Amino acid sequence: MNKIILSLCMMFWAFSVQAFEEREFKTAQDEALFDNLVTELRCLVCQNQNIADSDAELAVDLRREIFTMIEAGKDKSHILDFMVQRYGEFVLYKPRLTARTILLWVGPACLFLLGILIILRSAKRQRAVPTNQPDEAALKRARNLLDSQD
Amino acid sequence: MKFALPLIVCVIIGTFLYKGLANDPSYIASPLIGKPAPSFSLPVLGEDGNDFTPEQMKGKVWMLNIWATWCASCRVEHPLLVDLARQGIVDIVGLNYKDKDDLATQWLNDLGDPYVLTAVDQSGRIGIDWGFYGAPETFVIDKAGIVRYKHVGPIAPADLQNTLLPLVAELKAAS
Repeated sequence: MNKIILSLCMMFWAFSVQAFEEREFKTAQDEALFDNLVTELRCLVCQNQNIADSDAELAVDLRREIFTMIEAGKDKSHILDFMVQRYGEFVLYKPRLTARTILLWVGPACLFLLGILIILRSAKRQRAVPTNQPDEAALKRARNLLDSQD
Repeated sequence: MKFALPLIVCVIIGTFLYKGLANDPSYIASPLIGKPAPSFSLPVLGEDGNDFTPEQMKGKVWMLNIWATWCASCRVEHPLLVDLARQGIVDIVGLNYKDKDDLATQWLNDLGDPYVLTAVDQSGRIGIDWGFYGAPETFVIDKAGIVRYKHVGPIAPADLQNTLLPLVAELKAAS
């Protein structure tokens, strides 16, 4: 039993070491800005991770670079510009609204509207189709047939 | 007629998906293309006290190859660079990224040195300015010092013949 507890402890110890990078921020706002930036920026080495989660060496360097810029008093848009100038719009998980990214921003809304239009149109068409109104002439014929058999 | 709309939608989505198959997700277009090469001043490998800056290459078409001894694909690419350098078509400057000087020197002694010189970016800070993310990377820079092309990953012979060499020839012909 002790061995199991010990090995479990060692496992968690390893996890915490891996995630630990000590930083002393001047203010709480600086720290919040840092946390915000590293989660908003993509790590280009392992593209589906942000800089905060990635263990890639480039992510470590970029975390340090961002920290240095924050220490130097740079604001968020300056740091985002710095990253975009070097790695392109792709580093931003939330792309900025420009002529090139406009489709990303308005595309889903357009598709949604298109879907609504299609639904409305097909609903209208369904309403226009005559419901199963009995055909008077046919009914009369049927009645005549039934009567004549007597 | 009933199937016209679904068919059109299918064809449109299919076209996009089919085109997506040919895309390389690891290739990210560099925002540096068409912009001046990011400046730096770095020590030259094996030449104590000598620094290299991209400005020194003004007036020449050249290539910047970012490499490291810990990068396996760089080893794959290396013979092609040595061969290209032997032909003397274009100057290749090496940027040794986050490496150890003695390992880099050893590598060049063992495998051949295709570079007119190798600049040493020990901290990786200059790599950040060049938007470097996957070794090896190769940039083509024109006579005016403008970045014209970026290749990510090892250069294959086909890349060299179809893309890089024609581009270099074109840039060299331009005044």
